[in-house]
Amino acid sequence: MRVEDFDLFAKFVYQRSGLVLTKEKAYLLDSRLMPVARRWNFKDLGELANALRSKSDEALLADITDAMTTNESSFFRDQKPFDQFRQVVLPRFLQARAATRRLRIWSAACSNGQEPYSLAMILDEEASKMPGWTIEIVATDLCREVLEKAKQGLYTQFEVQRGLPITMLVKHFTQIGDKWQISKQMQGKIKFQQFNLLEPMTALGQFDIVFCRNVLIYFDPATKAKVLEGIGRQMPPDGILYLGGAETVLGVTQAFKPMDGQRGLYVHGSAASTSAAVPGVTPAATAVR
Amino acid sequence: MATCLIVDDSRVVRQIARKILEDLKFTCTEAEDGKKAQEACSKAMPDAVLLDWNMPVMNGIEFLRELRKMPGGDKPKVLFCTTEADLNHIKEALSAGANEYIMKPFDSDIIQTKFSQVGLIG
Ligand SMILES: C[S@@+](CC[C@H](N)C(=O)[O-])C[C@H]1O[C@@H](n2cnc3c(N)ncnc32)[C@H](O)[C@@H]1O
Repeated sequence: MRVEDFDLFAKFVYQRSGLVLTKEKAYLLDSRLMPVARRWNFKDLGELANALRSKSDEALLADITDAMTTNESSFFRDQKPFDQFRQVVLPRFLQARAATRRLRIWSAACSNGQEPYSLAMILDEEASKMPGWTIEIVATDLCREVLEKAKQGLYTQFEVQRGLPITMLVKHFTQIGDKWQISKQMQGKIKFQQFNLLEPMTALGQFDIVFCRNVLIYFDPATKAKVLEGIGRQMPPDGILYLGGAETVLGVTQAFKPMDGQRGLYVHGSAASTSAAVPGVTPAATAVR
Repeated sequence: MATCLIVDDSRVVRQIARKILEDLKFTCTEAEDGKKAQEACSKAMPDAVLLDWNMPVMNGIEFLRELRKMPGGDKPKVLFCTTEADLNHIKEALSAGANEYIMKPFDSDIIQTKFSQVGLIG
């Protein structure tokens, strides 16, 4: 690939999605954009670059960006964050929202849907503790292709074996050929929607719990800070933010700080000390399986 | 150190599974059919059994039903590991007392998450 074409693609993808493509990732650009070029009947990436220069077709621009996203995910990814959700986060909001009985959750880079569906399955198991509650799960991603897959809830045998306990497979999935589809009931619990984290977030409304996992790693520090600060404005003072295992707010923004004793969970930077926030739940009792 | 009995009539599958499980710090023993597995369990109950379904002499589901009747036979976590990949087989396995179910082909990632789900890896 010509250097000026690489620079063009990298700059375009960065501006549109925040994804940083370094020179070492040139091979990635190659292998991911070739299928796009073929789909649009260009003979090589040089022609695709020319088409991009003319900025003619919005669908082409979206295809190029989509192709550069990494959509790796799994059910109950890393397990522990979901144990914390069941044992720490949910009990906390059951108390804090007892008056309104409303809870809003945002899966902010939901990929193929495993993350929001994992939450929906936990909420289904805990449903008896939440009679009359209105719980909304909004799941968004930049990439249209993964959103389509997420909405269908159709997974390969390989995907349903990574992280999903067999009892949940039996309870919530039906087999279609060699694939597995999640129930209409679970699908109905989630609102899927395309959303770019670089765009203004106000229209999405307020969220008590935000999962923003394994997407900030692809951004540069300034973009990370901007996205985190944006998310902070969509959360009430006692909101809880989840980041991925390799992500942190430390050294990135003051908008959030780590939640005491809960690895991977974050609260508003201005929030009072959090450890005593759940009366009766001592750190020992909340220890994760 | 936790122990795992690997039951499969294919030597190659046993070898692959053994390599993965030893990397996860299990002490492994092997059996090539349900009957041999039963004998092994009557001598020493393992902490886990990785169990194939289709085998000569005694198949996996027959072994599991026998195991659960043995003294101390309720203790081992049993994880099926089989090419049988339909809901009916899975339900049958669960009602016979299986703790998890792996559909072949598997990889180390799948083995690891399944073993941690049944509480054998911290
Ligand atoms: C590796 S996946 C993470 C999926 C899931 N959260 C998890 O932890 O398993 C990263 C996702 O971020 C999405 N993404 C990348 N840039 C984005 C942006 N600017 N706005 C919204 N989503 C974006 C990608 O499309 C991709 O699906």
